[in-house]
Amino acid sequence: MSSYELVCGLETHIELSTKTKIFCSCSTEFGGDPNTHCCPICIGLPGTLPKLNKKVVEYAIMAGLSTNCEISPVSKMDRKNYVYPDLPKAYQISQYDMPLCKNGYVELSNGRKIRILRIHIEEDAGKLVHQRGNTYVDYNRGGVPLIEIVSEPDIRSIDEAKEYLEKLQLIMRFIGISDCKMQEGSMRCDVNISVRPQGTEKLGTRTEIKNMNSFAHMTKAMDYEINRQIDLLQSGEKVVQETRRYNEEDDCTESMRGKEDAHDYRYFREPDLVTIQVTDEMISRLKEELPEPPHKKLNRYITEFDIPEADAQQLIKYRRIAEYFEKAIKGVKNPKVVANCMIGQIFSRLEGDSAKGNFQINVTPENLGALVHLLDKGKIRMNLLKATLEKMLDTGKAPGELISEADMGGVDADALKSVCEQAIASSQSAVSDYLSGKEKALKAILGAVMKATRGRADAVEAEKLLIKLIHK
Amino acid sequence: MESQIKKLSGLMQSRQISCQELTQKYIDAVESENQKINAYVNPTLELAMETAKAVDRKIASGETLAPLEGIPMTLKDNISTKGIETTCCSNILRGYYPIYNATVWELLQRQNAVLLGKANMDEFAMGSSCETSCFGGALNPHDVSRVAGGSSGGVASAVGGNLAVYGLGSDTGGSIRQPASFCGLVGLKPTYGAVSRYGLIAYASSFDQIGPIAATVEDAALVYDAISHYDEKDSTCRGNTGKPAGESLNNSIKGMKIGIAKEYFDGIRDDVNSAIQNALKVYESLGAQIVYFDMPSLKYSLPVYYILACAEASSNLGRYDGIRYGYRTPHYSDRNEMICKTRSEGFGKEVKRRILLGTYVLSAGYYDAYYKKAQNLRGALVKAFQDAFEKCDVILAPTVPMTAFPLNFTAQDAVETYQTDICTVPVNIAGLPAVSIPCGFDAEGLPIGMQLIGSSFSEAVILNAAHQYESAAGNTVFRSADMGVKL
Repeated sequence: MSSYELVCGLETHIELSTKTKIFCSCSTEFGGDPNTHCCPICIGLPGTLPKLNKKVVEYAIMAGLSTNCEISPVSKMDRKNYVYPDLPKAYQISQYDMPLCKNGYVELSNGRKIRILRIHIEEDAGKLVHQRGNTYVDYNRGGVPLIEIVSEPDIRSIDEAKEYLEKLQLIMRFIGISDCKMQEGSMRCDVNISVRPQGTEKLGTRTEIKNMNSFAHMTKAMDYEINRQIDLLQSGEKVVQETRRYNEEDDCTESMRGKEDAHDYRYFREPDLVTIQVTDEMISRLKEELPEPPHKKLNRYITEFDIPEADAQQLIKYRRIAEYFEKAIKGVKNPKVVANCMIGQIFSRLEGDSAKGNFQINVTPENLGALVHLLDKGKIRMNLLKATLEKMLDTGKAPGELISEADMGGVDADALKSVCEQAIASSQSAVSDYLSGKEKALKAILGAVMKATRGRADAVEAEKLLIKLIHK
Repeated sequence: MESQIKKLSGLMQSRQISCQELTQKYIDAVESENQKINAYVNPTLELAMETAKAVDRKIASGETLAPLEGIPMTLKDNISTKGIETTCCSNILRGYYPIYNATVWELLQRQNAVLLGKANMDEFAMGSSCETSCFGGALNPHDVSRVAGGSSGGVASAVGGNLAVYGLGSDTGGSIRQPASFCGLVGLKPTYGAVSRYGLIAYASSFDQIGPIAATVEDAALVYDAISHYDEKDSTCRGNTGKPAGESLNNSIKGMKIGIAKEYFDGIRDDVNSAIQNALKVYESLGAQIVYFDMPSLKYSLPVYYILACAEASSNLGRYDGIRYGYRTPHYSDRNEMICKTRSEGFGKEVKRRILLGTYVLSAGYYDAYYKKAQNLRGALVKAFQDAFEKCDVILAPTVPMTAFPLNFTAQDAVETYQTDICTVPVNIAGLPAVSIPCGFDAEGLPIGMQLIGSSFSEAVILNAAHQYESAAGNTVFRSADMGVKL
């Protein structure tokens, strides 16, 4: 790879999480018995007409706004004609030359911007099921709304491809328009790859690897394909422009169809749908509804709250977690403690990505905030906080129900002073030992303080206070 | 001309005839005379009688009938009817029973329209003679050695042969107006977007429009008013947002400007031309003013229409693959062969011709030269009509350059047949309304038709002009065929 450079662009399909399909009112829910989420429209019965779901347009605009795209005030739907049994109309309603969003970018951690050429809306196809030597077709997924995000060929390494895709996943989950689950097919991508000698400008011949459905496959497929192309070039052969697929079993890519077999989709305007018009009012309303984008949140958590970047990354990974965190820190002096509670004790109860994504826990953000607030005020110490949080996670109770006033009493500054004064008064011999140079004697006095507060005083604070009072 | 619908409705409402008696007359006529003209391909006589019973119960309980209630009628076989076989007169859709209703049929059912059956048509509405139907063509009730016209030939044949009071057809390039003209009837092609297309099996989606064929202008207006409703299921449908067309039929047309565009008269037969000249005299006597102008871009109409309509058709007809419904070839070894053979066997010659033509004009490398150019010219034609309506209120033109073809005429030469659509296709390209009405007879006694074209959503205006002419000209231009139900 050292003497060759990768040139790569991704076409990413993301299923939108609208309740109903793009052109009819059938449910988009994943699963379900075959052909139960279907109607005359989404199985393309003769005479039926599509009706565009407004929510799909809104979600796509939100995706565009979150990836720095321009939103087209006027766009239209087109027909992409091809024959396949999972496509009941023999055309897919998509957008060809007037996409809803264009000219955006996603910024990577190395500061490079991966430009986005366009984002358009389209319908998904059904799927073929092979069983008992027969092929059946299930149209449940037919008509589920998709956006296709097409990047410019700006990606220069496998890591960048991975980060770009992770960023898209994060953003789309964050703004709540898709769950982007690669294993369920709600996010998948095609990878366009070419290589060229390092330092040259001219683009090499590219191949397209279709339908990557996991990060691991994408990484492996890219790795194989890059090396395949370099080997070809180094041995004086040519890369053939073609569509390839990834073969999981043999961990390689293989040819699907060449350039001469490329489909002629015969795109033309979908006459059954009217022009899509997006007003400035609609854009500004959606901008207002849009949550703060994850990269901005990340920066804010790091700079304003002094949270280490690695921790902040975990907090912004899912929208629900970030929302919980932001609710919990209301009125709290030190948000970092809240962050630690979440990443430590709370996360340890949630196993796996989807449990974290759902973030279903027993403790309300308000209760967590209240607990941390007690620490801020010095009413409890960290070890009590941790123990109480465990109880809260078990029972769902509020901190007030788990910590009595007595537990908290004697710990605030005034109370601590009087406990210390009493301890000094009742341990005169230890005081004189200490004053005569026996440092260890102080521990006995401190022990009395801790005993009186049933261990809930801050030992460091108490020690400092004792020294001060003794020397008075 | 008296409205047949109003007359029959009045007779039923005043209990001079029951709906069942009326329906029985039509059932008897269909049973004994349909074989003469092949108008119906799928009679629904039991359903008709059931509906008639319901209407009679309403009459018995003293309820007022809706305008179309209890009136025997027919639907072109490309209009989806739940549970009733709908074939588009194509072998590929034989055995297809829709599981939903077209919006127009939904609207008419609410008025208890009495459906006598599904009417013959050119296969997928592609044709000008009804002869591309897989059931054989519908014949002209005025002369059974002639065609009824197409593509809504069955509806025109049934209404002209007095086997239905009215029917709904569809007009993509003249398919309502041309058969109406051939059969001496009134045929209205509404503005694109006035009537819902939901459930109309598509031929060319940006041209197709459902409309009525009836014996009189008033009947056509009553039916148009019943079906021109907004429909959320069709994004391109607004419905008639103005007043009902039936309300202004009797308005005076004094001072109305009737436009004549020279190009419409190029190459039309002399007898058709003189019938229209006579009609102009009638209009002048009614106080209308005739204005003359040129519309040079009309000469692009035929290529624009055939390129764009076939392009859309090639896409619309892709779904007939034998997988989900309709015909499937009995012998195949794999999926691709199954699809290929199903389509080769299921579609007729004219449909295949248009699918091939449409596929070609959309293909990479040809798109710009054909499809794109035709789209641009479509825009020019829209503009030409807009300009014309600055000069006049309605445009009067022949509907067809001739009268009904003899049988098998259209099979000789496809291009020559396409030429006969020259006068009807412009309004489909521009999405405008037009009504064809009878305006005389040729030497052999065959009806001649003319059409009144209006600006967008001006159905009330063209129907008003048509009704005034019809009232003035009366029986000199209309003659009922000697068959079917005598009222």
